[in-house]
Amino acid sequence: MEIPRHWRLKKQRYALVGEVCPHCEAKIFPPRDVCPECGDEAKTLFEFSGRGEVYSYTTLHNAPAGYQAYAPYTVALVKLEEGPMVTAQLTDIDNQPVEVGMPVEMVTRKLRAEGDDDRGMLVYGYKFRPMELQPLAAAD
Amino acid sequence: MTDKSTDNLLLKPSRPVGIVGYGAYVPRYRLPASEISRIWTGGTGGVPIQEKSVPGPDEDTATMSIEAARNALARAGIDPEEIRAVWVGSESHPYAVKPTSTVVAEALGIVPFTQAGDWEFACKAGTEAMVAAMGFVGSEMAEYALAIGMDTAQGRPGDALEYTASAGGAAFLIGPAEESVAVIESTLSYVTDTPDFFRREYQKYPEHGQRFTGEPAYFKHITSAAQAYLDATDTVAEDYQYAVFHQPNTKFPGRVAAQLGFSQEQIAPGLLVPVIGNTYSGAAIIGLTAILDVAQPGDQVLMVSFGSGAGSDAFGIRVTERLLERRDLAPQTQAYIARRTEIDYATYTRMRGKLVLK
Repeated sequence: MEIPRHWRLKKQRYALVGEVCPHCEAKIFPPRDVCPECGDEAKTLFEFSGRGEVYSYTTLHNAPAGYQAYAPYTVALVKLEEGPMVTAQLTDIDNQPVEVGMPVEMVTRKLRAEGDDDRGMLVYGYKFRPMELQPLAAAD
Repeated sequence: MTDKSTDNLLLKPSRPVGIVGYGAYVPRYRLPASEISRIWTGGTGGVPIQEKSVPGPDEDTATMSIEAARNALARAGIDPEEIRAVWVGSESHPYAVKPTSTVVAEALGIVPFTQAGDWEFACKAGTEAMVAAMGFVGSEMAEYALAIGMDTAQGRPGDALEYTASAGGAAFLIGPAEESVAVIESTLSYVTDTPDFFRREYQKYPEHGQRFTGEPAYFKHITSAAQAYLDATDTVAEDYQYAVFHQPNTKFPGRVAAQLGFSQEQIAPGLLVPVIGNTYSGAAIIGLTAILDVAQPGDQVLMVSFGSGAGSDAFGIRVTERLLERRDLAPQTQAYIARRTEIDYATYTRMRGKLVLK
């Protein structure tokens, strides 16, 4: 990937900003401006809560270029509580066993450096970690 | 000059300001000091703390600032678009050129109509940003300004600093006093050119300026700022329920508290260095978040930071009723500290990029 693409994706990457369909209320991620449920135009921005659960997962031992520093690491299909499924790396899991159905929450972390590890642009984006830090109360 | 009143040394905004929301962040990994001692001294000799926090391989000052700021905004409950400044104080910004603050502002939905900038004053860059935010809101130029102090500190392997140089920090949303969980009544700064600690450009690890660290730097600046603040506000140690001083190790803040007449009970809730290490720009202010997690309305808090080079900022803070409504809306600082994965020295060297791969 190149820098212009990272730049275009920053809203959805940093804060899990997708869309909500004004016609059928479906929550859409990644944003694509057309509702996958009803086929109508859907351009209203929607920030996801970041909460979800592991739908499936796999652990990578042979990491692709740019990700070797994190290997071995686990990538999961995360089903967001608003509905959509996203693919993301799990983080802060150490040797904890990952389980299908495990509650996770979104965090913004460093994904990799673009090109050269020491000189390239840093790419940030969403990952998910086990949900273990919850506020004691919810906002009104 | 000798009979100069200390009253006009106080920085007090014409419009009262305070902390509308606060948030902490500490990464989950912990390196026990005994592990460093095992590698470098054969396990002999005393260690300055119990253990320090270590950032994960995908964490840096930007990602940690984002999480602390999310916690601050969760407690504040305001629209991020109303924030007119995002200032991140650190000595470990991920880039030499390119702001950390724009990444944070983008992730929190504060862009585009905002100030954004990175601050550097060794360990007091975070409180420097807080003072500026007080001015920004206190002058009525802005309703809200976000000040962050965050670091992923580096110590040379085997150096005394390696035991304590850790990662973490806090974010404070500064706004009008009437919306605040704690009012910042006033602040005072004490700064001189003192070469106690520095890192030149392109150098990975900092240097100590011979024997400047203790008396002429840490103790001189903190006691001078604190005493001038107490004199200017006509208060004494007993007027404060809590105090927090910059905490580079366990011994220094305890000693400076005693010199100023504060008891160990007054500093206990904010004294986090034994279990997370020295979070540099985050050190004094993350102590303040732990105090706010337990304080009661009406409590008075004295916070004094210290940054090498050198200087201290003293703040007088009064907790309001609103704290009780807002503080449970984000995880407590002690919850971050309790979340803990112990690592060994080998894992630490890999995580912190100390291994030469090419």
